[in-house]
Amino acid sequence: MISAKYVSFDYKAVVVDADNKGANGDIKLINAVKDMNLDVQAGEFVAILGRNGSGKSTFAKLTNALLTPSSGELVVNGFNTCVEANVWNIRQNAGMVFQNPDNQIIATIVEDDIAFGPENLGVPTEEIRKRVDNALSLVNMSEYALHSPHFLSGGQKQRVCIAGALAMHPNLLILDEPTAMLDPIGRKEVLAAVSGLNKNSGITVLLITHYMEEAVLADKVFVMDEGAVVMQGTPREVFSHPQKLRALGLDVPQVTEIAERLAAHGVPIKTDIITINEMVEELCRLKNSK
Amino acid sequence: MPTKKLEIKNLTFTYNKGTSFAKRVLDGVSLSFGAGEFTGLIGRTGSGKSTLIMQLNALLKPESGQVLLDDEDIHADKSKLKEVRRRVGLVFQYPEQQLFEATVRDDIAFGPKNMGFSKEEINERVRKALDLTGLTPEIAEKSPFDLSGGQKRRVAIAGVLAMQPEVLILDEPAAGLDPAGRDEILSNIKQMHERTGITVILVSHSMEDIAKLTNRLIVINEGRIVMDDPPHLVFQNTEELISMGLSAPQAALLTQELIKKGFAIPPDLHTVDGVVAALFDVYAKHLHNSTHV
Repeated sequence: MISAKYVSFDYKAVVVDADNKGANGDIKLINAVKDMNLDVQAGEFVAILGRNGSGKSTFAKLTNALLTPSSGELVVNGFNTCVEANVWNIRQNAGMVFQNPDNQIIATIVEDDIAFGPENLGVPTEEIRKRVDNALSLVNMSEYALHSPHFLSGGQKQRVCIAGALAMHPNLLILDEPTAMLDPIGRKEVLAAVSGLNKNSGITVLLITHYMEEAVLADKVFVMDEGAVVMQGTPREVFSHPQKLRALGLDVPQVTEIAERLAAHGVPIKTDIITINEMVEELCRLKNSK
Repeated sequence: MPTKKLEIKNLTFTYNKGTSFAKRVLDGVSLSFGAGEFTGLIGRTGSGKSTLIMQLNALLKPESGQVLLDDEDIHADKSKLKEVRRRVGLVFQYPEQQLFEATVRDDIAFGPKNMGFSKEEINERVRKALDLTGLTPEIAEKSPFDLSGGQKRRVAIAGVLAMQPEVLILDEPAAGLDPAGRDEILSNIKQMHERTGITVILVSHSMEDIAKLTNRLIVINEGRIVMDDPPHLVFQNTEELISMGLSAPQAALLTQELIKKGFAIPPDLHTVDGVVAALFDVYAKHLHNSTHV
């Protein structure tokens, strides 16, 4: 679904003099993504972790052809993002949700906002109705269909944005920290919706997040640092390197840390625990063992 | 109990009153915050917590009830509203979006400058604010837009601190930051509190963060205060919290599950440190018993 081969992307920044008196006209290049290699299979649920400034968001924009690589090759859904003629095909199939919902809502009524995408695709009216209702119910916002988005809280707005992307029936959903502004249940609902779309509808998911507990739900985790992939594997494989993750500005779920520290105290506990249930099971096993 | 700094008396508030969109978001809320207290405030989206903090610095006016700052109704004298907003500093979500000056120093100085202070006073306030937020003098000369996400946010907080408020309200100060950035800004806020003795109210959706930082935790649900206790007591009620759209730190959730399975551990564990210590204890006893069998 996504194949990145030595993808680099440089931002052009105007150099500002040290005394901040103004630009001196020089342009410097900032390498946000550097020789990045990554493969995502169709139907996979992939999480991308990485500290602020590691290049995650730039990569997300590259996969949607909002940006194109400065060098290297990025193929999404069989289309090379560097080819201008492919851009429409790429974006139609790759729904994108950003962190701040306020930048993504355009209509004055929630259901109009969600209908905007399919309307532009020329989807028949009855089908749009179905898509809007379905998308709203997936994000648990059906009762707000006729509300004005301006009266919604940040978390509710974000769910409207996700519904808007879902109404496009994309086969790839790219979510750039979609839960950063949500409350615990909002986070859970969004994750359940995203994970359900992946399991039931086979939509490929690329989830960028700072919440380690969310990455646990993915099939595969990529860790980025300084514009490149520095770790990859199943969540269990990645989270079994807590020291390495902390050095990258990240963390592990609390239960993983508890296992790590008990093991350091000499308790013969498995250290590749990533969920509460696994931890409960393992502790019961230890308790009952002689 | 320290002296009351800020008190809310039977406050009720309805948005869009008199229209078909009317929604009562605060319903008879009474609360007080002691001088120097560090309080956490949690509640699901739409629970009324943002409305509540806007009431605290007079961005909204109660429909009925009162907000008292040092025993004085903040709406008693309209000409004092500006003063109230200076004394009760509010750091909104994503405050870095409000940075606009060419240098960090100018951005922090913006508030004090507007208040007409002397150059020396402004410089002194900026210096203190930089120091309290752990920003170096080198950073002060940079453009805010050249800084990392966590640094930008500290600049925004420094801008509010430069107004030398008596109460500081932070709405989700760690949202969108990576784990290291999150730890950094939160420990910074904690140190700032310890050094200044300012009254702090912290709103967060991260149960883990709030468990680590605060010694009092208020839970708001559907416009009412439903819990007001130290975090270790609040986080025992995991099922109730979940039913209110909230959660508890993984350490607390794990503790409740283990108790159901018959583990003899204290029910109020809510941090990684606490759980590790208790489980090690259980294991050591178990080992002791089995070696004696």
